[in-house]
Amino acid sequence: MKLLILLVIVVGIIAVAQLAKIYQLSARLRGHREEDISEADTRLQGSLWIVFMFVLFGTTIWQFVRYGDYLPPSASLHGEAVDMLMGYNLALVIFVFFVVNALIFIFSFKYRFDKNRTAHFFPHDTRLEVIWTVIPSIVLAVIIIYGLQTWSEMTGPASDDSLRVELYSKQFDWTARYAGDDDAFGSTNFNLITPLNPLGIVTQDGIDQALLKIEDKIAKLNEELNAEKGHLLAEKVELERSLHPSDDHGHSGHEHSDHDDSHHEMTEGYKNNIESRLTAINDLLNSGTAKVMTDAAYEAKEDKIYRLKRHRQRILELKNYEVGDGFDAWEVGKDDRIVKSEFHLPIGREIEFVFRSRDVLHSAFMPHFRAQMNTVPGLPTRFKIETTITTDSMRTILDNPDFNYILLCNKVCGSAHFNMQMTIVVETQEEYDAWLSEQKVYMAEKN
Amino acid sequence: MGNINHKESFISKYIFTYDHKMISKQFLITAIVMGILGVSLSILFRLQLGWPGESFAILETFLGKWAPGGVLDRNAYLALVTIHGTIMVFFVLTAGLSGTFSNLLIPLQIGARDMASGFLNMLSYWFFVISCVVMIFSLFVEGGAASGGWTIYPPLSALPQAMPGSGTGMTLWLLSMTLFVVSSLLGSLNYIVTIVNLRTKGLSMTRLPLTIWAFFVTAILGVLSFPVLVSAIVLLLMDRMMGTAFYLSDIFIGGEALDATGGSPILYQHLFWFLGHPEVYIVLLPALGISSEVIATNSRKPIFGYKAMVGSIIAIGFLSFIVWAHHMFVTGMNPFLGSVFVFTTLLIAIPSAVKAFNYITTLWRGNIRFTPAMLFSIGLVSTFVTGGLTGIILADSALDVTLHDTYFVVGHFHIVMGLSAIFGLFAGVYHWFSKMFGRMMNTKLGYVHFWFTIVCGYGVFFPMHFVGLAGAPRRYYDSTSFDFLDSVTDLQPIISMFAIVGALAQLVFMFNFFYSIFRGQAATQNPWKSNTLEWTTPVEHIHGNWSGALPEVHRWPYDYSNPAHDEDFVLQTTPLKDGEVGH
Repeated sequence: MKLLILLVIVVGIIAVAQLAKIYQLSARLRGHREEDISEADTRLQGSLWIVFMFVLFGTTIWQFVRYGDYLPPSASLHGEAVDMLMGYNLALVIFVFFVVNALIFIFSFKYRFDKNRTAHFFPHDTRLEVIWTVIPSIVLAVIIIYGLQTWSEMTGPASDDSLRVELYSKQFDWTARYAGDDDAFGSTNFNLITPLNPLGIVTQDGIDQALLKIEDKIAKLNEELNAEKGHLLAEKVELERSLHPSDDHGHSGHEHSDHDDSHHEMTEGYKNNIESRLTAINDLLNSGTAKVMTDAAYEAKEDKIYRLKRHRQRILELKNYEVGDGFDAWEVGKDDRIVKSEFHLPIGREIEFVFRSRDVLHSAFMPHFRAQMNTVPGLPTRFKIETTITTDSMRTILDNPDFNYILLCNKVCGSAHFNMQMTIVVETQEEYDAWLSEQKVYMAEKN
Repeated sequence: MGNINHKESFISKYIFTYDHKMISKQFLITAIVMGILGVSLSILFRLQLGWPGESFAILETFLGKWAPGGVLDRNAYLALVTIHGTIMVFFVLTAGLSGTFSNLLIPLQIGARDMASGFLNMLSYWFFVISCVVMIFSLFVEGGAASGGWTIYPPLSALPQAMPGSGTGMTLWLLSMTLFVVSSLLGSLNYIVTIVNLRTKGLSMTRLPLTIWAFFVTAILGVLSFPVLVSAIVLLLMDRMMGTAFYLSDIFIGGEALDATGGSPILYQHLFWFLGHPEVYIVLLPALGISSEVIATNSRKPIFGYKAMVGSIIAIGFLSFIVWAHHMFVTGMNPFLGSVFVFTTLLIAIPSAVKAFNYITTLWRGNIRFTPAMLFSIGLVSTFVTGGLTGIILADSALDVTLHDTYFVVGHFHIVMGLSAIFGLFAGVYHWFSKMFGRMMNTKLGYVHFWFTIVCGYGVFFPMHFVGLAGAPRRYYDSTSFDFLDSVTDLQPIISMFAIVGALAQLVFMFNFFYSIFRGQAATQNPWKSNTLEWTTPVEHIHGNWSGALPEVHRWPYDYSNPAHDEDFVLQTTPLKDGEVGH
């Protein structure tokens, strides 16, 4: 490695020396000034523009041939319209790219410096300027109208009989949720999230479970704080001091009289309390469970307890809202189905995705369906598609038996952002129904 | 201005100087240093993207524990991407272009002794330096630098538990950007005041060189939009440190439900892009202004359609304020609101098209001198057209749904900002080097630099469009696990190789630049036979720019090859002949 660095430095020095030599040589030419461009240079630079034009255009065409088939045909209905729009826009853009760049490069070559010619004094021409204001305006008007038509079609409200699927994102995976037999999603609340209730679905059991979890955590933290060695030792000294104030003569100086007073007022019961506490402390210290904690760690745990208590309070407040009409809102979510790593969609049906996020921004990107929507904590978002090609048909079309539709994350969300994916399977309604009935029911998962 | 030719110490001349010419050089050299850093970071992550998972000893050498065994760490990759973007957009393109050329050219081209406030100008530079230092320092803190992408969207950037880069590194990022905005505001206010108040006799607004018009509109954009970024940053800092919930709501992270409710992460995006989109033009307009000047001078022709050029600069500046939400088509924003932003965004294409066609008409029947500055300016027109065209596709919300946050976007904005704006910067450096340092840069090395840069530039960013069309998301550490991207996987190493060669080619520029400062050919007063006022000042820098009275202007700056005159250029200070119609 050191050798390599040395090598780079040596090569660098040689390069600089060579550059300096070229520099000196070209500067030493008699009477030559940097601002005077020689005829040879003008010719060379002019020709290089033409060479560059051919290289640029050639490689552009090559890339279109090689990579132009960038994505498989759209597997959603609106995607077909998007692909059409993309086709027209790309064609227009590429046409203008070739024409305008060709003008730039050809003019640069053609009007290169010639001392026998003077430039054409041509400061303005209203007619020309109107032409190239009006023509782009018309073209853009067409692009805008066409584009917005497609846009309003794809973003319109979903129909009532569309299938709703919730996609839920967190660092670094996706969860899909389907409504159960009641065809309705249970409401959710982020305060109820536990390992067993990853989406925070609101049910009576969910609430109890979350509260239990928090109580557990608080108890555990309290236990740790109570067994902190430093605090225990300090308390021990304090207690012993209050029991035997005479030991303090040497240490406490003028405070002596205070301690003395308190000692005299101490009742028998109080003294017993102190003694039993002292025994407990000694037991803890001798049992080995007492650990030393830094002040910062101690405070962090205290903080954590404070936050957990606030969390508990928020859940308790949840219990306050009741739902009218005799409809038991706490039970709606009980039959919701939750799936991970792969979710299925029926063919030929309108699907309305509802997106939610647990922690940071993510983006649900389904390139084969030409669909994308950010998932935002605290703000459910939506996107509707209509599936048109089953996974099996697409495999046949692409002649690739391993092909799968995919959902990926397209908003940077942390270290494993690049690997946050879920497989999508599009199949017939019957296959879909069969698949869905096999999926875990949220409440069943716990029991 | 007072005492013009007083004696100066080293410190007051080179360090805490009030002189706009020296401050412009300070900005340029600082921006070059930051540019070296920004480009180097991109090469480091391009190694990973080109050859995912391969071990490169060089990565371990430079990054140490961030590249164990020579393979880039995932979090370090995101940090590199983030800091590369931040440095290039703000520290190189914003400060490097406006800081350097507004400072150099505004007083010189409007016939002023110096900026309206030399002191604010100095403060502007030193705030910039401090913000650079803080940003560089943030690379070395525990947890690494900010890693949420240069747009640092919350909640990722607001929650230290979301990723290591959202800890101290993010706080320093926010601090650095706040200092940067202070620098930018001080500079911009100064530019506006100077242009409005200190123009010399005869220099009406309609006789301003297009460079000054571009700097003027740029400064206005900066003054109106950067404060909004500061407000976004302050709110984010409060969310991070004081428990507020401007951007946070309903979050469960690290096994804990957070207190915050009622905030909206989308609010941040509105605030950020209210700066972020004008920022694109803050970067681009100075480059367009520089190329207007360079193309007219070296075509030996007046810039075609001066009034249309001024009008389109103003139109672009205005429109840039009402397009920001086109970055947010897939955030769940109301689709109708999206439609409005589609409309306004595509409107920008009209003044941009006018500019492009006017450049081309300026070349038409010109007498083109291929100075390195001219090559870069022609290259700028080409990349401006190419990058602008792909913008038309992205502006179409229906298409943006599939292209959003893919490599197509990366290709698009790098061709506009990474090539066009950088070309403008290079064109300006080659063209006005003699004004800055009193010497000439080497032309031959300039040619070599240009051709390598444009070929590698197109080589890096053009194929990215195809990678993006295939659906490859940006900011992916590794996309080889996705079968559907197999068709474009072979483009990634090609892109990386062009990037490496292109970066190495910049060494030619570096050499030419620094060597010429000391050993370059001594410059003459007006080497490019240009009309504008800066070429009437002596080659040696003097405080106050003109030794005698300030020059008086009698005509517009673009009388090149005017048939009424014998010479093919007519200085703005030349009085009108009898019967000549002034501009």
